[in-house]
Amino acid sequence: MVVVGASMAGLRAAEQLRAAGWTGAVTVVGDEPHMPYNRPPLSKEVLAGKAAFDSLAFTPKGSTADVEWRLGTKAVAARLDERAIDLDDGSTLSYDGLVAATGMRPRRLRCPGPQTGRHTVRTLTDARGLRDELTRPGVRVVVVGAGFIGCEVAATAVALGVTEVTVVDPLPLPMVGPLGELLAGALLRRHEERGVRFALGTAVAGFEGGDRVTGVVLGDGTVLPADVVVESVGSVANVEWLDGNGLDVGDGVLTDEWLRVGGRAEVVAVGDVARFPNARYDGVPRRVEHWSIPADTAKHAAKSLAAHLAGREGELAPFAPLPTFWSDQHDFRLQSFGAPVLGIDDVRVLDGDPDGDVLVGYHVGERLVGVVALGGHAVATKAARYRAELLKQPALTVQGASK
Amino acid sequence: MKVVVDMNKCQDHGQCVFAAPDVFSMDDDGHLLYVSDPDDALRDEVEEAADVCPLQAIRIED
Ligand SMILES: Cc1cc2nc3c(=O)[nH]c(=O)nc-3n(C[C@H](O)[C@H](O)[C@H](O)COP(=O)(O)OP(=O)(O)OC[C@H]3O[C@@H](n4cnc5c(N)ncnc54)[C@H](O)[C@@H]3O)c2cc1C
Repeated sequence: MVVVGASMAGLRAAEQLRAAGWTGAVTVVGDEPHMPYNRPPLSKEVLAGKAAFDSLAFTPKGSTADVEWRLGTKAVAARLDERAIDLDDGSTLSYDGLVAATGMRPRRLRCPGPQTGRHTVRTLTDARGLRDELTRPGVRVVVVGAGFIGCEVAATAVALGVTEVTVVDPLPLPMVGPLGELLAGALLRRHEERGVRFALGTAVAGFEGGDRVTGVVLGDGTVLPADVVVESVGSVANVEWLDGNGLDVGDGVLTDEWLRVGGRAEVVAVGDVARFPNARYDGVPRRVEHWSIPADTAKHAAKSLAAHLAGREGELAPFAPLPTFWSDQHDFRLQSFGAPVLGIDDVRVLDGDPDGDVLVGYHVGERLVGVVALGGHAVATKAARYRAELLKQPALTVQGASK
Repeated sequence: MKVVVDMNKCQDHGQCVFAAPDVFSMDDDGHLLYVSDPDDALRDEVEEAADVCPLQAIRIED
């Protein structure tokens, strides 16, 4: 077995292959120099200095003791017809089963101006570099992108004592895409109360400065002074190594309901990079960049590979995970269960009110498809009670949905 | 089987409660409670709980 990508999805795939009964060799190839580590703290505890960088490593299971880790090594090409993977050190690995677990990388802004002082947050190295800059006295920070990572970084910067933090986004509210207006408005007010400034409804046109960024130029010509810029404008799937095999890699790697790639039973995709249909919802394949997905996909994909290699085809149920997502910002948490985005046109308050702790439900017709809590511990616990409710809902079929 | 939760790391996400409801629970304020010496028959559940902990705060000691 060859697993390409040595992060959470790659690790969980190796573990689940063992759990599914595969006793043969497993090689995991990863281009980062580190053993798999946990990413969410990179924009939160670790960036805030509340947890050490070396606390992030996952504890490997005994079942993976004989897995070979080829770290600091990149897969550069896959030849699926020949069942071979070419690596950047010139070697080739052949396989019976292949797991694609190469995740995402941050999208970058293509704007004119200096590069130095511009950061992204995806890796340990990124977080180290950003932390060094955020802890410089008097630093002025502009975060481009009011998605979940942008909002988390802004909150962490405030916690570190940065007094000038501005978040820029072309949309009118933070996280409005995944959450809808009601919660996005509540989120905006909370951030502003805690000292984060916003420049919304405006895009970045360029950067000012000589060798290093000194300002961010907005679409209307306004310049926000900045010593540090964090670009959190979405991500791009790491799929180039799969090019040339006739696969659909337009937005991640397209899979079927058993996470198989390109109709091949011996190739599966897991984690952020997988674009899979979820039998719980409308059958439209989507990538899901939530922390719970690497484990869920690894389990299902390992069973699908193990069944194929043992000659037992077609015995698996279609994949139907219940997505869960959280985001910690300042002193509050967003906790989501289900697929709120599918019910974004019908958002109802289930408990509390938007200025305090609040729990909202997202609906398609009368069907609850997602719940999101915003606030302290107690409301997150209430949201968890709806999890069972969401699991009980019948599968959602949308008229006209195409596979 | 002995279960140890690093309470300095734990942030009460509650994912362990879904994975192993016989071992982990939440009180009314949303704080974690757990059984530190569960029956060995629950090992699979507890392993799953350890995997899904966002803070990776759960350890199993034999
Ligand atoms: C800063 C940050 C904060 C987050 N916070 C939250 C949160 O609060 N809540 C939540 O639910 N989710 C959160 N997430 C999302 C969650 O961490 C991801 O969904 C998860 O890390 C995905 O894991 P993965 O293994 O699929 O992909 P990745 O973690 O991206 O791993 C892919 C690995 O493959 C390697 N790779 C890529 N191409 C190649 C190649 N050709 N050859 C070899 N190796 C390659 C990459 O270098 C990387 O190590 C956060 C993510 C980030 C970055």
